[in-house]
Amino acid sequence: MSARDLSTGFLPIVLVVALLALVPLFVTSNTILNFLVFTLIIALAAQGWNLLAGYGGQFSFGHAAFFGTGAYAAAILQVNLGVNAYVAFLVGIGLGALVGFVIGYLSFRSGLKGSYFALVTLAFAEVLRILANSAGFTGGAAGILIPLDVSAWNFQFESRGAYYWVALALVAAVLVLNRAIERARFGAQLVAVRENEAAARALGVDALSVKLKAIALSGAITAAAGGLYAQYFLYLDALIAYGPWISIEALLAPIVGGLGTVFGPLVGALALHGLSEASKLFVGEIPGIDLVIFGAVLILVVAFAPDGVMGVIGRVRRRLGGVSAKTSPASAAAPAPAPAPTREETPA
Amino acid sequence: MTILRVENVTKRFGGLVAVDDASLSVTPGSITGLIGPNGAGKTTLFTVISGFAAPTTGRVLFEERDITRVEAHERARMGIARTFQIVQPFATLSVVENIAVGAFLRHAARADALEEARRVAAEVGLTPMLDQPAKALTVAGRKRLELARALATGPRLLLLDEVLAGLNPSEIRDMIPVIRAIRARGVTILIVEHVMQAVMSLCDDIYVLAQGKLIAQGPPARIARDPHVVEAYLGHGAAQRLQAKAGQIGEAAHAERA
Amino acid sequence: MMFTPDIVLTATINGLMTGAVYALIALGLTLVYGVLHIINFAHGATLTAAMFGVLVLNQALGIDPYLAILVLTPLFFALGYAVQRLVIGPASHGEDVNILLVTLGLAIIIENALLAIFRSDTRSVDTPYGFSVIEVGNLFLSTPRVIAFFGSIAVAVALWLVLARTDTGKAIRAVAKEKTGAALVGIDVRHVYAVTFGLGAACVAIAACLLMPTFYVNPRVGGAFVLVAFTIVVLGGMGSIAGALVGGLFIGVVESLSGLYLGESLGQIGIFLIFILVLLFRPTGLFGAKA
Repeated sequence: MSARDLSTGFLPIVLVVALLALVPLFVTSNTILNFLVFTLIIALAAQGWNLLAGYGGQFSFGHAAFFGTGAYAAAILQVNLGVNAYVAFLVGIGLGALVGFVIGYLSFRSGLKGSYFALVTLAFAEVLRILANSAGFTGGAAGILIPLDVSAWNFQFESRGAYYWVALALVAAVLVLNRAIERARFGAQLVAVRENEAAARALGVDALSVKLKAIALSGAITAAAGGLYAQYFLYLDALIAYGPWISIEALLAPIVGGLGTVFGPLVGALALHGLSEASKLFVGEIPGIDLVIFGAVLILVVAFAPDGVMGVIGRVRRRLGGVSAKTSPASAAAPAPAPAPTREETPA
Repeated sequence: MTILRVENVTKRFGGLVAVDDASLSVTPGSITGLIGPNGAGKTTLFTVISGFAAPTTGRVLFEERDITRVEAHERARMGIARTFQIVQPFATLSVVENIAVGAFLRHAARADALEEARRVAAEVGLTPMLDQPAKALTVAGRKRLELARALATGPRLLLLDEVLAGLNPSEIRDMIPVIRAIRARGVTILIVEHVMQAVMSLCDDIYVLAQGKLIAQGPPARIARDPHVVEAYLGHGAAQRLQAKAGQIGEAAHAERA
Repeated sequence: MMFTPDIVLTATINGLMTGAVYALIALGLTLVYGVLHIINFAHGATLTAAMFGVLVLNQALGIDPYLAILVLTPLFFALGYAVQRLVIGPASHGEDVNILLVTLGLAIIIENALLAIFRSDTRSVDTPYGFSVIEVGNLFLSTPRVIAFFGSIAVAVALWLVLARTDTGKAIRAVAKEKTGAALVGIDVRHVYAVTFGLGAACVAIAACLLMPTFYVNPRVGGAFVLVAFTIVVLGGMGSIAGALVGGLFIGVVESLSGLYLGESLGQIGIFLIFILVLLFRPTGLFGAKA
């Protein structure tokens, strides 16, 4: 196995996942497992965001739209319609893809980019939040409770370890998917669109369709995180499902971990939530203090380490071991969209 | 027989007429030039031909098929590739990955696309830079990369937008045989260019655009002597200079071929 | 649903009065956008901070909210100036998306620092005039809201005068139009950026002082305002001061009337839908300002 395969192949994924899979065998503390399950759910949501923003350069500020859709679909289908939990979970993923496609179709067709795309996704998520808060079938402001009925058939487990493995399996599946995308035509085209849309189009890349595929896939992945959240906590309200907190979590982790890298979201989620737990040890449980740290980390990363933890690891490794391979589509700097409202000049 | 035909294309921006009723045709296997003074509308016409802007009126035909309303990426699929005057590399990708984006158009598998990319890189002289990030290339290197990416899409018609602008004389001398070799492989070339000597030595046929209108067409030697061209494009007293230069270049080209 | 004309008229006038304050908040946002061509995500959090400023000045030192304008306006101008000069500028390396992320980071920090200090309780300021009303015809209008309306309009006019008449204003407009050219004729672009940011923060500080006699504050309150302000800015045309004013009044009325007809919680949707539709179909704004 060459050095290049080490940073672009599947072996590191297998190693990392195998290592993480061993954790519940040694860790029995519910607090720690709880922390890990939650962090993996965040990592999964962030993997969805990373596909669209890290690889595709389309920065969404409203991934709550997908997370909430996956979560509510899982809950509502089970509670109101008596659908099997796994079916509900899969339907939620499908709906996440659909919401992604619709938001993407509307915004990309209108040529929205950069800040404008960020704002419009934020607004879509807020509309869904208000609707979910007002509608009857979502439980309205009171929220929705999935009845506790522990059995594997209901996607409810006795041990936190089981949830951990399920979450890890989903994260692992997306790691593999991301790596496969990196090596496929779709990945090359997606990165090309991020780097320079006009040039990509000139090379035969159907930019609109590439972006739509990316946002649908991204929506599906983040919706899976939402569904898993519902299954784990068994309670939802509009602020949990569609609230800005998850949009921010989903974008923070990949930026901190490394935009447009396979491991970025996972590394970022672990780093941020590890930091947040550590801060609780030092300053106690003060509400909001973890997010103050997140905000500061975000600014520091943008200012000093735009390629995130993965970028720093890469640089250190190159300095130490002379491993020359670079993770290929990793972006050294965030892509810069046009400053003005840009409508694509499509031939009418 | 023509590979590309532009019929009565007019492009208006508000009150400004950038291209006014322009028609041209490109013979398969030729290198055709499109020249004109700054602001003549060359780039606008080029943009219309490549599908990055729609004409106000008129038609564009590729291999006798009307492509006026066909989107840019579709034109690439049909076999029309373009370069950009201001080079547009995928900055964070390596040279070979940049070219592979073009190669993916006709090769679904990564290994095939990368192999094609390496082959094209060799053709334009980029082999030593394959693994460098595109942003590390010199201007001349980036121009070659533009060319390589476009070629990797396997075009039958290659549209070159000032690939020689910004290069120094020795870099231009290096580039000209590369362009000739592409034509020798059977790719038809339409070239928009400022660098006069190069156009004169490269092209079989030249169109001259001034203030949005086509004012002359013909082989380089005739264009150089055309009084309309001299008036509109080169200014007074330039005709002699140009003729002298065309003569020199003609001899140089002769010597090169010999 | 039918309402008497008086109720609809009251709702419309109330909407206009709220709208004026919205306009003032949007003014800060649109000014920053017009000059720096960036979206300041920390704008809402800045408003929240200013509202807590009003609260603290009132409860600790007994300063009236309107008098607080004299303290908070220069303070927030200075803060805005410093944050742009010392944090946003250097940290974002001139990349659009980075600026968006840095201001998002600032918003997260400010909101949650306020949460850590003040907790999530909702608080308000008691003033002797909080519930006083003015009778106009057969309508009763809340005195502090009438003051807020005229105060906001006055600030908008003052800001317009500053931009139109003063040297600083001219420098700001020059940078907004053509920053390279402005730099060539000797304008310190980074200084102008920071002044613009300071002015944006100052607008928000005044808005906070005008709002507090009739409104409440909690660490999340800015979020509600910021999306409304974005909507107004997008509606009025990014960077247009007149657009922000008209857009603010319009949105105030829309919110008030849709609240009347659809109920409080669903009423907010009207604003977001306008926001989405305008972004999708008229991103240069309804009033045609060129971005």
